[in-house]
Amino acid sequence: MNAPDRHVPKAAAAKLLSGNAACAQGAIDAGCKFFAGYPITPSSEIAERLSTMLPAAGGVFIQMEDEIAAMAAVVGASMGGVKSLTATSGPGFSLKQENIGYAAGAEIPCVIVNVMRGGPSTGMPTRPSQADIFQTRYGSHGDYPMIVLAPASAREIYDETIRAFDLAELCRTPVILLYDQVIAQSSETVALGGRVPVHATRKWASGPREAYKPYAADADLVPPMPRPGDGYRTHTTGLTHSETGFPSQDPETVTRNLGRLYAKLDRHRDLIDSYEAVRCEDAEVVIVAIGISARAARRAVDACRAEGYKVGLFRPVTLWPFPEIALREATRNAKAILVPELNIGQLRLEIERQLRDRRVEGLHLISGEPITPAQIAASAAKLASEV
Amino acid sequence: MFRDAPHFDVRDYLRKEMMPHFLCPGCGHGMALRALLWAIHELNIDRDKLAVVSGIGCAGRLSAYIDANTFHTTHGRPLAYATGLALARPDLHVVVITGDGDCLAIGGNHLIHACRRNLKLTCLMLNNEIYGMTGGQVSPTTSETRLTTTTPHGNSEPNFDACALATAAGAGFVGREVTRHVPKLKELIKAGLQHPGFAFVEVVSDCTEVYGRKNDMGSSAEMVMRQKSEMRPSAYRDSVDEPFRSTDLPTGILAQNNRPEYGAALRAAAAARAGK
Ligand SMILES: Cc1ncc(C[n+]2csc(CCOP(=O)(O)OP(=O)(O)O)c2C)c(N)n1
Ligand code: SF4
Repeated sequence: MNAPDRHVPKAAAAKLLSGNAACAQGAIDAGCKFFAGYPITPSSEIAERLSTMLPAAGGVFIQMEDEIAAMAAVVGASMGGVKSLTATSGPGFSLKQENIGYAAGAEIPCVIVNVMRGGPSTGMPTRPSQADIFQTRYGSHGDYPMIVLAPASAREIYDETIRAFDLAELCRTPVILLYDQVIAQSSETVALGGRVPVHATRKWASGPREAYKPYAADADLVPPMPRPGDGYRTHTTGLTHSETGFPSQDPETVTRNLGRLYAKLDRHRDLIDSYEAVRCEDAEVVIVAIGISARAARRAVDACRAEGYKVGLFRPVTLWPFPEIALREATRNAKAILVPELNIGQLRLEIERQLRDRRVEGLHLISGEPITPAQIAASAAKLASEV
Repeated sequence: MFRDAPHFDVRDYLRKEMMPHFLCPGCGHGMALRALLWAIHELNIDRDKLAVVSGIGCAGRLSAYIDANTFHTTHGRPLAYATGLALARPDLHVVVITGDGDCLAIGGNHLIHACRRNLKLTCLMLNNEIYGMTGGQVSPTTSETRLTTTTPHGNSEPNFDACALATAAGAGFVGREVTRHVPKLKELIKAGLQHPGFAFVEVVSDCTEVYGRKNDMGSSAEMVMRQKSEMRPSAYRDSVDEPFRSTDLPTGILAQNNRPEYGAALRAAAAARAGK
């Protein structure tokens, strides 16, 4: 990374902020200068706020004709060298997928917010859901890695929005912020100051133009990007390409390049991985949850502990790549795992894959209501008494 | 022999490492590319500041041959990519290259809104009446009754007049020209490049390989010559009274207005608000 542009946060005055408002503020504080979107509940407040905030910050806001266009415009703006954002919900996120894949393959940094709603199809626009866990990871075609961050509060949305921009610039890749309607639209008292974000700046091409190859990576496996206007006159394509940027189907070249896309995220895992482990050291039952379900689970942990059950919580903040080592560590003494989530069993499937030697139970609610602490505590206590 | 203006050598504008190119012999897209580069040359556009954004198709492949900042994006979406790029970087000169399928089928909505918005972009739509790259399937511009690989009994859908569409959608500049007369095409593209808002230029191209052959349209030379009988300059067309007017597609500059350019208007509004 280039010299970090250290940013001194404003004084920590507490404000009442919704998650979506915190996201908009985080984008501005991260240096975002371009937003393109298309309205969809429950994400629209991000666009609405940025339509005022961005022009005031010297940026551009545009409401495009649909989500496909919005995603394309975001990638286009980023190709021009500007930190760019879009925000949407399930149906719009589906439409963005082809261009998200383009950004992954052509290595164009950008941030995409998906405030989940239930599905399939138009589903439940005003109800919470956590059913896009796999869509964020595997939604576009072909093989590609993806960074997905899953904050669980307005304050964390603010921090993770800034981190999303940092990781996008650092790794030259799209980053997705994934959260649910409850967190998006409930207001919380948030003090925004206090942390100094890294604020990665993009690594631009420099040096002799003749020798420059746009996809020749540095030691951190991230190639410096050509900024239009600087004279490098390169070609960017969604086709598989060689280090020159021109299309190539040479088996060795395409294998090496795709391998590098995965390896560059591995190389930055210490910055990407983020999680919270609560009372997991001696836990016989570990609850694994994200977003609003994790906040209910936090209360359930206290309730279970009060009754003498050894229950803990593991909350991946980075959802993809999944912090597997931390999960193994947090569940070292656990005999059973409980996965409460607002879907038919997406996170559970991933946990089962990782902890094949353990009993993994799901608690799945698809009614459009959040899971309550009492529901989780009851399941956790039952599991704890069985193991 | 056809001769360029003495100081224009197309090779100066092409990426030599990309040669030989992939176009079929006789493909009209090659002439469209030549006309574009010639126009860029005559306007002396700084290629460090020139961004060419293209979609997917044989037309979309052309960007890779141009020695400038080039972006080969997704099918139908080059106008949307270009919108983001041009808004983020008003200092760049952004040109879009798209095919008839790319622009009017999958990308139709983006075209309408790019025309309406009037951001400074020059959109070159190469109309060969067919999906060339995927092997000759019917396109929104394929003439009725023509044979394609997906209309084995002849096309029964009416075709699109892209320029009429662009005009109706409010494009600041709309023009159409054939590849038969490259200097004239170059002049039209030059006018489009100089227009301060959204410029839509339809280039009547030809696909000898998967369209002409299937419809017995003869050699590439014959296909290009056919353009003469099927196209009429708009001035000529408009001089004839309605019932006797040719039904053929008009050529030349078909619409031009000076609506406010979107990017400048957006920046001015933001500056005015920031000043308050
Ligand atoms: C989303 C998507 N759908 C379909 C395709 C396949 N495809 C590639 S090129 C093309 C048609 C191109 O036709 P046109 O725009 O007329 O350009 P031409 O090849 O004739 O120059 C299609 C359908 C694709 N690449 N992406
Ligand atoms: S298939 Fe048609 S459009 Fe494509 S290069 Fe060949 S002649 Fe040109």
